[in-house]
Amino acid sequence: MKRLLLLFLVLATAVAWAQTPEEKGLAIAKEVDARDTGWGDFQAKMSMLLRNRQGEESLRQMRVKSMEVQGDGDKTLIVFDEPRDVKGTALLTFSHKTRDDDQWLYLPALKRVKRIASRNKSGPFMGSEFAYEDLASQEIEKYTYKYLRDDQLEGAPVFVIERYPVSHYSGYTRQVVWIDKARYIPLKIEYYDRKNSLLKTLVFEDYHQYLDRYWRAHRMFMRNHQTGKSTLLTWKEYRFRTGLKDSDFTRNSLKRAR
Amino acid sequence: MAAPGGALATKGRVVVRRLSLLAFLSLWALPAAAWEWSGNAAVEGRLFFQSPLDPRQYDQDGSVSFDPELAHEWNQGRDLFVFHPFLRIDARDDERSHWDIRELQWTHAGDGWEVLAGVNKVFWGVTEAWHLVDIVNQTDLVENPDGEQKLGQPMVKLSLEREWGILDLYALLGFRERTFPGLHGRIRSHPRVDGDLAAFQSGAGRKRVDFAVRWSQSIGDWDLGIAHFHGTARDPLLLPAVNRKGERVLAPFYDLIDQTSLDLQATLGQWLWKLEAIYHHSDYGSFYAWTGGFEYTLVGVADSAADLGLLGELLYDQRGDRSSTPFNHDAFVALRWTLNDEQSSELLGGFIVDWRNRSTLIDVEGSRRLGNDWKLSLQLRAWLDVDADDLQYPFRRDDYLQLELARYF
Repeated sequence: MKRLLLLFLVLATAVAWAQTPEEKGLAIAKEVDARDTGWGDFQAKMSMLLRNRQGEESLRQMRVKSMEVQGDGDKTLIVFDEPRDVKGTALLTFSHKTRDDDQWLYLPALKRVKRIASRNKSGPFMGSEFAYEDLASQEIEKYTYKYLRDDQLEGAPVFVIERYPVSHYSGYTRQVVWIDKARYIPLKIEYYDRKNSLLKTLVFEDYHQYLDRYWRAHRMFMRNHQTGKSTLLTWKEYRFRTGLKDSDFTRNSLKRAR
Repeated sequence: MAAPGGALATKGRVVVRRLSLLAFLSLWALPAAAWEWSGNAAVEGRLFFQSPLDPRQYDQDGSVSFDPELAHEWNQGRDLFVFHPFLRIDARDDERSHWDIRELQWTHAGDGWEVLAGVNKVFWGVTEAWHLVDIVNQTDLVENPDGEQKLGQPMVKLSLEREWGILDLYALLGFRERTFPGLHGRIRSHPRVDGDLAAFQSGAGRKRVDFAVRWSQSIGDWDLGIAHFHGTARDPLLLPAVNRKGERVLAPFYDLIDQTSLDLQATLGQWLWKLEAIYHHSDYGSFYAWTGGFEYTLVGVADSAADLGLLGELLYDQRGDRSSTPFNHDAFVALRWTLNDEQSSELLGGFIVDWRNRSTLIDVEGSRRLGNDWKLSLQLRAWLDVDADDLQYPFRRDDYLQLELARYF
């Protein structure tokens, strides 16, 4: 029995050893996803401080509601509070694992709900350095992966993996992701543009743990190396398992959102 | 407060006014923190490039507007109260100086259903150039000749939201008359429309209760709506008349209609395909009309963050030159440039051309945020080669530039 177990261990190690960088990258991504599954729903406040090359700042404030969907991507509702001229504008997203996300935009001045083309994912979100695709639900199926190396980031042991967007409409050729080995959470992402030159770096800071399990960065700092602009995204007042239902993520709920 | 135009001083309005006063009084008795004001105050200037057809019409105009909204949400967002008045004071046109209750409503949402009672605004449709199926609210035409500004409509609405789609049932309590520019106003008919002479096919006149129903559903890439409206037409017939002052005018006549409509959008990658169609029936005639086309978006043009949208739509009305709309055999072509910058700068430029009589409307609209709280908007409209048979013929000398500066709070 002992010998059998030893044989099994040897075999298992051999299999692990035989893992290609692609397999290992995917395995890490799957573990990241698995550890962040089961949170149910959350509500939070989000603000973005935009800074241009001259140091001029402008502020965006919004509220976010999100819900996990079994077997598919999350449902998310974002309601804008600032700038004041877009107050009440709301964006409803049904993200999907393999096909394009469904998105509806509500324009309060006209009371109009507009279905919008979600392939416009590489565009800036609210004039910030975050593209829609950076903020979208990060489904495993949206990328292919490759493990690069083990490393250290500010003293923390990390996996460094590379991922390649599946969608042709992505603004990136690749992203390099630093993943904390202990917690399986991203610490840093480098985004490479369509010409494969370094475009942006995102740093995750101030992680808090919710429901004794789920890690959320309260600060996400995106720096655009090509334009000199940056955006500091701050999360506040996270509340998990607030009892959100499908009926909170509908075209009617968009119009009620305040 | 400026006196509302004579045509607007209806009984329904008095009821609305009393309701709003009551709402106002009860609101201020409650804790302030739970209630939120937002909205804007704006100054607007209009400059006309040519002298008017009628020497009594103005050349330049200025106005101020106030557009606040008070909202209160409780019961975890399941209950919502909104009070949204609107006021404009215009330097030159008495009819354009007006006020309205855009919204004064309470909404309660259950799981898969919703009721709304009060004054509300409803939008139906998908196209950009002309909103053909949008019928619930009356057009506040003095605000903008494009017809996109609407008057508040008193109603009770029940909405069911299920797997099979959304079913909206409306009882529209009372009728709102269209606003028309006054004697001194530009972009109007010659002679002008005198709202005081409004007549109705229905014996109940302005007190008539109208009904509407709409089913809408999203199926994959398709968004679809089918609706029926039974009641007083929003779009009046205009009949020559003489008013009490002996002035030759046009009198609006509001007939009873049945209108069935379809609106459809396919969202296919960077293409949006759109169609709106109506069948309109009344004792004074029946017709169908449709408008449809596409919007194609080029994302990140020339390695910038900007998007460039190409829009093309056709507009058809079976009545041809006898239509109540000038857009009866027309084509709309436009470019929409969205900069995606911190100031949310946008510019739309295009034209609507009648493919039979060549009458052309040029339309340019732009806006840009200044700082965090200000917004500058521009509108430029010009009419070229307007045919005498085209409904836009009276506007042939009304090319104008409008600038608005709004402070949001």
